[in-house]
Amino acid sequence: MPGPMRKGFSKPKDTKKTLLSLLSYIGRYRFRMLAALVMMMLSSVGIVIGTYLMKPIFNIATNMFLTGSSDYSEFIGYVILIGCVYALSVGLSYISQRFLLVISTNVLMNIRETTFAHLQKLPLKYYDERTHGEIMSRFSNDTDALRELIGNALPNIVSSSCTVIGILVMMIVLSWRLTILVLGIFALMLLVTQIIGKRSMSFFRKRQQALAKANGYIEEMIEGQREIKVFGHESKARADFDVITETLRDASSKANAYSMVLMPIMGNLGYILFASTAVVGTSLIIADKTDIGTLAAFLQYSKQFGNPVTQISQLATNILNALAGAERIFNLIGMPAEVDDGVVTLERDGESWSWQYPDKGSVPLRGDVRFHDVSFSYDGEHEVLKHIELYAKPGQKLAFVGSTGAGKTTITNLLNRFYDVQEGSITYDGIDVKDIKKDDLRRSLAMVLQDTHLFTGSVMDNIRYGKLGATDEEVIAAAKRVNAHFFISHLPQGYETVLTADGANLSQGQRQLIAIARAIVVDPPVLVLDEATSSIDTRTEALIEHGMDELMKGRTVFVIAHRLSTVRNSDAIIVLENGEIIERGNHDSLLKQRGKYYQLYMGMFELS
Amino acid sequence: MMYYIKKLLKFVREYKFVSILAPICIIGEVLLETAIPTMMGNLIDNGIQTGDYNYVYSMGARMIIMAFFALVLGALSAVFAAKGSNGFARNLRRGVFSSLTQFSFKNSDKFTTPSLITRLTQDITFVQQSYMMCLRMMFRSPLMLIMAVIMSVRISGNLSVILVAAIPILAAAVAVISLKTFPRFMEMLKRYDELNASTQENLVAIRVVKAFVRSDYEEKKFNKSADAVRKAQFNAEKLLILTMPIMQFTLYACITAVIWFGGRDIAVGTLESGALISFISYVSNILMSLMMISMFFVNLVLSAASVKRIVEVLDEVPAIADNPDCKLVVSDGSVDFDHVSFSYSDDANNLTLTDIDLHIKSGEVIGVIGGSGSGKTSLVQLIPRLYDVMSGELKVGGHDVKQYSLETLRNSIGMVLQKNVLFSGTIRANLRWGNAEASDAEIASACEIACADEFISKLPEGYDYDLGQGGVNVSGGQKQRLCIARALLVHPKILILDDSTSAVDTATDAKIRNGFREVLPDTTKIIIAQRINSVIDADRIVVLDDGRINAVGTHEELLRNNQIYQEVYYSQQKGVE
Repeated sequence: MPGPMRKGFSKPKDTKKTLLSLLSYIGRYRFRMLAALVMMMLSSVGIVIGTYLMKPIFNIATNMFLTGSSDYSEFIGYVILIGCVYALSVGLSYISQRFLLVISTNVLMNIRETTFAHLQKLPLKYYDERTHGEIMSRFSNDTDALRELIGNALPNIVSSSCTVIGILVMMIVLSWRLTILVLGIFALMLLVTQIIGKRSMSFFRKRQQALAKANGYIEEMIEGQREIKVFGHESKARADFDVITETLRDASSKANAYSMVLMPIMGNLGYILFASTAVVGTSLIIADKTDIGTLAAFLQYSKQFGNPVTQISQLATNILNALAGAERIFNLIGMPAEVDDGVVTLERDGESWSWQYPDKGSVPLRGDVRFHDVSFSYDGEHEVLKHIELYAKPGQKLAFVGSTGAGKTTITNLLNRFYDVQEGSITYDGIDVKDIKKDDLRRSLAMVLQDTHLFTGSVMDNIRYGKLGATDEEVIAAAKRVNAHFFISHLPQGYETVLTADGANLSQGQRQLIAIARAIVVDPPVLVLDEATSSIDTRTEALIEHGMDELMKGRTVFVIAHRLSTVRNSDAIIVLENGEIIERGNHDSLLKQRGKYYQLYMGMFELS
Repeated sequence: MMYYIKKLLKFVREYKFVSILAPICIIGEVLLETAIPTMMGNLIDNGIQTGDYNYVYSMGARMIIMAFFALVLGALSAVFAAKGSNGFARNLRRGVFSSLTQFSFKNSDKFTTPSLITRLTQDITFVQQSYMMCLRMMFRSPLMLIMAVIMSVRISGNLSVILVAAIPILAAAVAVISLKTFPRFMEMLKRYDELNASTQENLVAIRVVKAFVRSDYEEKKFNKSADAVRKAQFNAEKLLILTMPIMQFTLYACITAVIWFGGRDIAVGTLESGALISFISYVSNILMSLMMISMFFVNLVLSAASVKRIVEVLDEVPAIADNPDCKLVVSDGSVDFDHVSFSYSDDANNLTLTDIDLHIKSGEVIGVIGGSGSGKTSLVQLIPRLYDVMSGELKVGGHDVKQYSLETLRNSIGMVLQKNVLFSGTIRANLRWGNAEASDAEIASACEIACADEFISKLPEGYDYDLGQGGVNVSGGQKQRLCIARALLVHPKILILDDSTSAVDTATDAKIRNGFREVLPDTTKIIIAQRINSVIDADRIVVLDDGRINAVGTHEELLRNNQIYQEVYYSQQKGVE
């Protein structure tokens, strides 16, 4: 049923909760994660220490020049030390990255699987309220962002923070005067990052919106190409698109500019830092307050300083974004699943089916379906069904007619417990359907719905979907019964022909025949057909009806159709209007009544 | 490749100037930046030697000013690059979209719908990012590399030898890794696409999944796919993560070597400390630039695929040639099929329609009946030239359809297709697709004939009710009626209805047809239907079978003489008194 579309641009609402949920997924990999982070920290610290070692090396070298000594032993010692420290740091960094790769890819997979599994359990209401695109982005955008978070952003922040702190500490150790200078310029860098960051966030959001709008428009126009041609809508479509692309260009230009301008600004502020350090440092050396080694190390630090600072500021926005995505995923996983407090299960022993109570024994399944004073509304306000009383005897064919929106499809949605009734009850062989386990209830019904929904896969697999354990012979037999065998065997690879995109390579009629065969394979006690055959030409439909007659023996059938020819042979016809049953009976008795049914039926002959 | 790039670059147009400014600014930035370390070296060495504070301060001030200018130039180049690349992207998007609107179905059948969407969205975004990167990285890194090397050699030829060894090693390592990683990434993307496609399918078909109780099965299917993605991702990235360590290793090895040899030079007096410090600074610049260059190349290679895909759309020649300047007007609603044959694949052995000879007078009501796949939809799609005939001639208003401009032709034909597509927007906006200037009165009267006015009046916002993406907020029957109203607003000479009352009950169907007869007596109406009763009152009915005309006649004639017609009729009438 239609519903409102959600637009979601959110920052994480409850960061703490999201982080905790995230940690629980990393759970298994706790120790490896910790090890990876520790190694990253050690690696950063190592680099910082390595750079410090420049001080003694420069000082020793200069000293040697001044004293004319040629004893290289101390010098070589330090050089080897610096080499080892660097090598170790690089090695630790690589190993930790390796660990993180394993962790992030596995966590990602787990989250995806959990999300999908939970999605299967959610009630249809969830699907009705959202667009497919929205749900899909949980699997694509949001999980990607999460992976970035775990594999990249978080470790990076850890290592960058360590580097920054380490450098600061060493700087203080080397020369507090120079450190003050660095901190001053550092503060300036932070200020710049803040300002740019804030403004870029709003442009970033605008860009996302413009991009989503453009992509949505493109999708619609490409799907509606036929309409565009038929109505000569090409130039209007282009004109509309011109406006959309211009908005996008503007927003994107600004967003890109802001994000790219950060690098040169930070880079050159780094150079300014570099220059200032050289000036102050040299002055200090002249004033004999420090030595060349200190200056050399300090200059190297000031070069290494800018990068992690930039990283941290850029990563901060990435992290927020990723956490927002993570929040959406966890929200989905936390949604209440379809309520199923049924206890009765379905047992099948060859041809005979029965309902099994957990402790009381069993009741044979005969297909006696009754609606007791059922009222129902999808949204809680608008009543779609009012006080429906129905009685389908086992093996009867019950037809539902009425104008669109009268409630016919809703009745089948309730039979199947896609939705639950608010008032009244539905019983199946005397058992309230709420007491039957949902899966078991659904296994006893086979439905052919308004939209066929075939899957990517072979024709054989699609038909087999009805009963996964069905043998090839059973599948072919089902196809023969609905007269689909002929056209299937004439397909390029016969039953092994792969169907794509909901069976796009077949005609409407052929798709529906396969959907019907799928239901037939289940060989169920109750069959529901929802406008199933309205797109098959009556010739083909006639062929199906022969097969169906056989199949309907000993089965209860609910048929919803507009075609009175389908309905004419039913045992009972239920006429619905505005959610109420206004007439019921068989074809002859209803015609005699000269009521609504008579009107609908006579509409056919009005002009002859 | 050059051909593709040239073709795309044509879309830069008015953003050429800005695009050139970006690299120019970058060049300035680089020149300034590479001067700074040398100046710093001199500052330190001369400063310490002379002890001249003024010298130190003035040199320092100069360096800071240069850095400041470099900052401004760098920022400007970022702004220019952003402007240029987004302008380019906009023009490109419009160009590709425009090409798309000119496609006939033959053209778009070649690409699939999802592929077309990706080409217009992700591929263009990707190309735009590459362009942006090019404007900056393409100039910055190589220039930085060259300048830094020159400066290094000026400082010390001996030490530069270390670089000569390091650079090729690093370049080779990065090249090898990139080449090996590329196919693995393609594999990962493929698996990822598969996962998304099947997840999407599952979402759309969730009712079927629940009805057949297949959740467990779907889960297993998904898990298998997700695992495949994980493996492919791991495979690709485990190579990629080697790049950073290799780069770092080379960098630090170089620095260590430079410190060793440079330190020795200081000890013996052939080099000064300041100079060594600036040399080390250049070393990291050089290696960084090398890394950037390699990343840039990888990015270029990855975007090559996107470039190709976009140009494929641009290069596609519309299969239906238009005659836009032809002033010929459609004089009436007569339609003549003169021995027309048609095949979707242009294959004479695979004809969808064979030797169709049919002459429809203006104002006639023609019914078309036939089994699934008999060619009914194909037949009517030829009339507005959605496809062109393969042989024979098709005339409308006495002239070959190919003679009219497409605009004129299609403006005189109103069509309601089998699958009813509406667009996001209000009911009113959707109906105006038929006629952009339709007044509210015209809209209301079209809806009345189409029997849509009733449900619209029940809606709170009436004609301003938003239909949602793809018309999700209205039911199937309501959609159909809106589509009929939309076609009516075209005021066509020929009205084609392809099974367009299948979701509408028989009484409403009859009412609508009645409306047509009263309000559009001169319009030729071609009605394809499954129900005989939808065409029972047509002037003539065409029976199609396997792409050929089996018979043409009135209901009574066909009932008397045509076997197929009889079969269909009686199967629909079973049990009538």
